[in-house]
Amino acid sequence: MKTIYILWLRQIKRYLRSRSRIIGSLGQPLLFLLALGYGLGSVFQKAGEGNYFQFLGPGIIGMSIIFTAIFSGIELIWDRQFGFLKETMVAPVSRLNIMIGRTLGGATVAAFQGLIVFCIALIAGFRPYNWALVPVAFIFMLLVALLFTALGTAIASVLEDMQGFQLIMNFLVMPLFFLSGALFPLDGLPAVLGALVRFDPLSYGIDAFRALLSNAGTFGLGLDATVLVIITAVFLGIGSYLFSKIQV
Amino acid sequence: MDNIIEVKGLVKQFGDFTAVSDISFAVKKGEIFAFLGPNGAGKSTTIKMLTTLLHPSSGSIHLNGFNPVDHGSEVRQSFGIVFQDPSLDDELTAWENMEFHGVLYNVPKKLRRERIEQLLKFVELWDRKDALVKEFSGGMKRRLEIARGLLHHPKVIFLDEPTLGLDPQTRNHMWAYLQELNKTEGVTVFFTTHYMEEAARIAQRIAIIDHGKIIATGSAAELTAQTKTSSLEDAFLKLTGDVIREEEAGSADRMRRMSRMWRGGGGRR
Repeated sequence: MKTIYILWLRQIKRYLRSRSRIIGSLGQPLLFLLALGYGLGSVFQKAGEGNYFQFLGPGIIGMSIIFTAIFSGIELIWDRQFGFLKETMVAPVSRLNIMIGRTLGGATVAAFQGLIVFCIALIAGFRPYNWALVPVAFIFMLLVALLFTALGTAIASVLEDMQGFQLIMNFLVMPLFFLSGALFPLDGLPAVLGALVRFDPLSYGIDAFRALLSNAGTFGLGLDATVLVIITAVFLGIGSYLFSKIQV
Repeated sequence: MDNIIEVKGLVKQFGDFTAVSDISFAVKKGEIFAFLGPNGAGKSTTIKMLTTLLHPSSGSIHLNGFNPVDHGSEVRQSFGIVFQDPSLDDELTAWENMEFHGVLYNVPKKLRRERIEQLLKFVELWDRKDALVKEFSGGMKRRLEIARGLLHHPKVIFLDEPTLGLDPQTRNHMWAYLQELNKTEGVTVFFTTHYMEEAARIAQRIAIIDHGKIIATGSAAELTAQTKTSSLEDAFLKLTGDVIREEEAGSADRMRRMSRMWRGGGGRR
């Protein structure tokens, strides 16, 4: 337990100390929220879909979480390059606990980032339809954050250096984001796109946020929760296995 | 006197490259022991096997009576290590790096606080304890790593090329700390180096290693007597040959071998 706690604490401390990273990582969601939210608002309204800003808010929360979470997982590569990983690997603690502590820390940071975006959206005019459900939405944010931090850790466990980072951004994170229904409604999609969206775990996370914050879910909270829990468990399993195979 | 480290017939192969080839040696409790050898001789690979980071291809290791392959945790609790490259968290303060280590090694809180203060004062970093490590110089980082490696009262401290890239002043200071701790706490010091004067001056016993084999073991005086030479440097050259290694020409090859080792691909294959 102490091992998990100290590794969690380390991730939090590192996050709170890198102010530039906090501000930098908010730039993109903010831009999406304001430019798309206000820019496409009238088109969305005319198409009879209602308020685009209310629709987009949960999607952008999901975006900031997946970006931060995958990045937190990938940070493992830095630890390897800067040698800190060795310090944990020669310590008399199990690798599973190291992996869990790191992942929980990264997930906490990512969920917190989601919360900040939520607050920014509030300032910009987003209104949750029922405040009592906001804490539940936050639990889902944690779950989504955990899922993608575990995925990031799994990937970082097999990568040698940061060279593969662009590859991951362009062929994993961006597709996961754009195919998640963060920006567009899920009904009436072309069949192929619809199938891809249903294949993307982030879709279920954003759907849950949308159900809880804007009362506009598609899949149903039960399905969202089931899919997210199962995929998180799978990624955590794969992540711990790959992490246990790292040699430094 | 008891042996704290016992190694018999140790072999490590990466694919078809043999990094460590059938070495045996023992280190006595409380001794200062040096592994002396040119670059690429197998020093770091041996340390990695002793410290549970690599599994040997064959042979046996006992550290503090435990075998690193089967009793990883017990072995890990028994040693401290200062790696060749820094392994501190730059974004944390000196004190936090120590605290982190203490928690990982399960040092009780009260003892941990006392020990951290004692060690940081000893390596003259107590007044910088709340500074972020990224603001530290190379020498300060090395001192912090030594303090950290000793935090959990290990039986042995491993230092892999500990003075590489340090100026003579820092180097002298560092050895003064280590010799002092060796005396007062009885910690066994195991270090690798390719500086002969360092091995001769600091170590009580030296093993000369080259091409993955131990060529000779003994005190500096014994080694010079054995080779009928006047200094350890001459003894070393007599034992390892004075030809310039073709490693310069074959550096690409060595890089490949090194990268294979660091990646640990060989260990999995």
